[in-house]
Amino acid sequence: MTITINHYLVVSLLLFAIGFFGVLVRRNFLTVLTSIELMLNAVNLNLVAFSRRLSDLTGQVFSIFVITIAAGEAAIGLALTISLFRQRRTLNVEEASTMRG
Amino acid sequence: MRDLIWLIPIFPLAGFLINGLVYLFGNRPPRPQGAHGAHDEGGHGHQIAAESAKDLGHPHAHSHEETHPRFAALHSIVGPGSVLLSTLVAFGAIFDIGLKGFAEGHSHTVELYRWIPLGVNQAVGQVHGGVGEWFVNVAFRIDSLSALMLAFVTFVGFLIHVYSVGYMGHDRGYGRYFAYLNLFMFAMLVLVLGANFLLLFVGWEGVGLCSYLLIGYDYHKKFAADAGKKAFVVNRIGDFGFILGIFGVFALFGTLDFAKVFGMAAANPLPYTPYLTLICLLLFVGACGKSAQFPLYVWLPDAMAGPTPVSALIHAATMVTAGVYMVARCNVFFRLAPQAMIVVACVGAFTALFAATIGLVQNDIKKVLAYSTVSQLGYMFLACGVGAFSEGMFHVTTHAFFKACLFLGAGSVIHALNGEQDIRKMGGLAAKIPKTYWTFLIASLTIAGVPFLAAFFSKDAIKAAVFHAEFAGYPWLPKLLYAVALFTAGLTAFYMFRLVSLTFWGTFRGTSDQERHIHESPSSMTVPLMVLAFLSIVSGYVGVPIIEHGDKIGEFLAPIRLPIQGLAEQVHHASRVAELSLMAAASTVALLGIFLAWNWYAKGKGSTPHHLAERFPGVYKTLLDKYYVDEAYEKVFVQGVALGGGRALWDVDANLVDLIPNGAAAVTKGASWVAALFDQYVVDGLVNGFANTMAALFRLFRRAQTGRVQNYALVMGGGLFCLVAVYLLFR
Repeated sequence: MTITINHYLVVSLLLFAIGFFGVLVRRNFLTVLTSIELMLNAVNLNLVAFSRRLSDLTGQVFSIFVITIAAGEAAIGLALTISLFRQRRTLNVEEASTMRG
Repeated sequence: MRDLIWLIPIFPLAGFLINGLVYLFGNRPPRPQGAHGAHDEGGHGHQIAAESAKDLGHPHAHSHEETHPRFAALHSIVGPGSVLLSTLVAFGAIFDIGLKGFAEGHSHTVELYRWIPLGVNQAVGQVHGGVGEWFVNVAFRIDSLSALMLAFVTFVGFLIHVYSVGYMGHDRGYGRYFAYLNLFMFAMLVLVLGANFLLLFVGWEGVGLCSYLLIGYDYHKKFAADAGKKAFVVNRIGDFGFILGIFGVFALFGTLDFAKVFGMAAANPLPYTPYLTLICLLLFVGACGKSAQFPLYVWLPDAMAGPTPVSALIHAATMVTAGVYMVARCNVFFRLAPQAMIVVACVGAFTALFAATIGLVQNDIKKVLAYSTVSQLGYMFLACGVGAFSEGMFHVTTHAFFKACLFLGAGSVIHALNGEQDIRKMGGLAAKIPKTYWTFLIASLTIAGVPFLAAFFSKDAIKAAVFHAEFAGYPWLPKLLYAVALFTAGLTAFYMFRLVSLTFWGTFRGTSDQERHIHESPSSMTVPLMVLAFLSIVSGYVGVPIIEHGDKIGEFLAPIRLPIQGLAEQVHHASRVAELSLMAAASTVALLGIFLAWNWYAKGKGSTPHHLAERFPGVYKTLLDKYYVDEAYEKVFVQGVALGGGRALWDVDANLVDLIPNGAAAVTKGASWVAALFDQYVVDGLVNGFANTMAALFRLFRRAQTGRVQNYALVMGGGLFCLVAVYLLFR
């Protein structure tokens, strides 16, 4: 069985769907962050797969770029997590709804 | 000399300025105690001046000068002196042209400057053939009519000024008095000498002003101030008519110059004739006001509130004859307006009779003379009304002498009795003040029409003219007017000798205190009386009828009666018999009146009239109260028209006129109410409704803003899903 690009895409889609599902349903802030990492990695997989398929390195460059951004995002997300915890003594995102209209 | 006639009014004007300024700036303020508070003419500035004088170390700045004014000597010289200069110039000018010259129609006009230059305009408003000059000059004109007026105005004016020196000597307002009197002379001379209607009107108004000032001379007395105002207001009515008449003349002829206007009207009367009746009636309204004819005579009896020399000068001799002068001046107009002539004659005759009947029962010495004046003025207008203008002017002249003499005599009597004017409290003064008595008696005989005195000739001339007059369409009118004139002459003789009887004959009826103080007046007063009495005797001989060239005054005044083109005016040459019989009738009536008065009041000591008054209380009371004309005017014009009309106007104003603002206010209120509703419900409704709608919408939408990121993400995911689905489905 030859691994075609479709396999990559399906894996990527599954990963993205799992991440998105996590973002939507999980209440723990840390879990939500982890789910976002999943979604980012699904995108990375997609980019690399197409890069390989199209023999264009731009996709790989972009995926490295995404990883870098994801590191920054994780750092800020963790800082926010700590800050949130200090304020509310909880990591439940349902509690953090002061922006409600 | 004839070129100097402009000087004649200038002298009294200078006198007015000197007297007035000296009085104004030389008069001391009243004492602080206010004992003479009425004399506060000094004004504020003088108060300060006097106070500073006191500060400068003059403790007696307010000395004993209240009874005798400062500069009295100056006023005594300037006042009569300025009029004397006028008199000299006037007579100089008259004799320069010469009596014969005037009779031949010579006149002289001195033009000082062009007053109202409106330029030449042929097109505007005048009858075809008019001159259309449209300018008015300040020009003085001396012709036979103004020469006659000039002669007696200046001369009688001078005598009365001299008399005033004695009569007003103790008055504090001496300087003010002479200032006013000089101003009057100025205005009167402008009136007489003015060469056009406008200058005549200037003088006309000037004498009216001075009349007002001098009637109200004792302005701290209410009745004097009121009388002044009354004279002024009643004269306004007349002047209104007069100025309308002048406008009419100006519109019709395009010029106001006497010579041109009358020359045009006489040379080519046809185009002007239709308008002249109206103009004449308007001019006559003016004459009625100034010359106290019915119904505008009411001011003249009240005008007696002024000092007696003023009554003599202004309200007997000169100013009140201005109306007659004006009518005589406009004789060309009046002759072309026969209807207006009838009005003039009837008003004159009625006034003569009406005033004479009132004069019968008056008890104030000056009131009797006042009504006599009104009556005599009626005579003069009667003469003008029948076309006997020169006879009218003749009577004006003789009247000036004898009426001035009577008034000055009355003043002398009042002076002797320290202000008493009620003839019921006089009597028996003949022996005590003989000079006054004799002059008064001569003047009374004259006015009564006793043969061979002045008024005998002048009144006879009028009556003869009335008797021979002809009015187209009214053949009976002249005879009726003659009967009225004759009867009035009898009444005149009666009331004058009632006056003489009660004043000079019999025994004194006042208090003994008054009797002790009776004194003859100083010679400054008696000398003018004697001169006037002398003139009352002789002045009639300039108009002797019957004799060839006896009617000198008629010949003298003939030139003013311009011959009118196409108007045949027959000159009556009454037979000698008719003349003589008319004279005889007049003399009989006069003597009858005198005899009756003597019989009733001197011999019968007033029992018969007393009896009559009791028998006919209604008639007596009506006459005594002057036919209630004043009361009627009070009711009709003052309360009715002025107050009632004012009230009515107020009602109109309050109810009708105010409807407009009030209605407007109501409409505005209504509109603003509607506008407020509109604003409240429509405009605000729109705004609020919009806001409310938005709020409702936003209440809905804010639900979406849960603040939970996962919800947003879900919606975002859903939306993305939908977009992709749509994209895939409808690709």
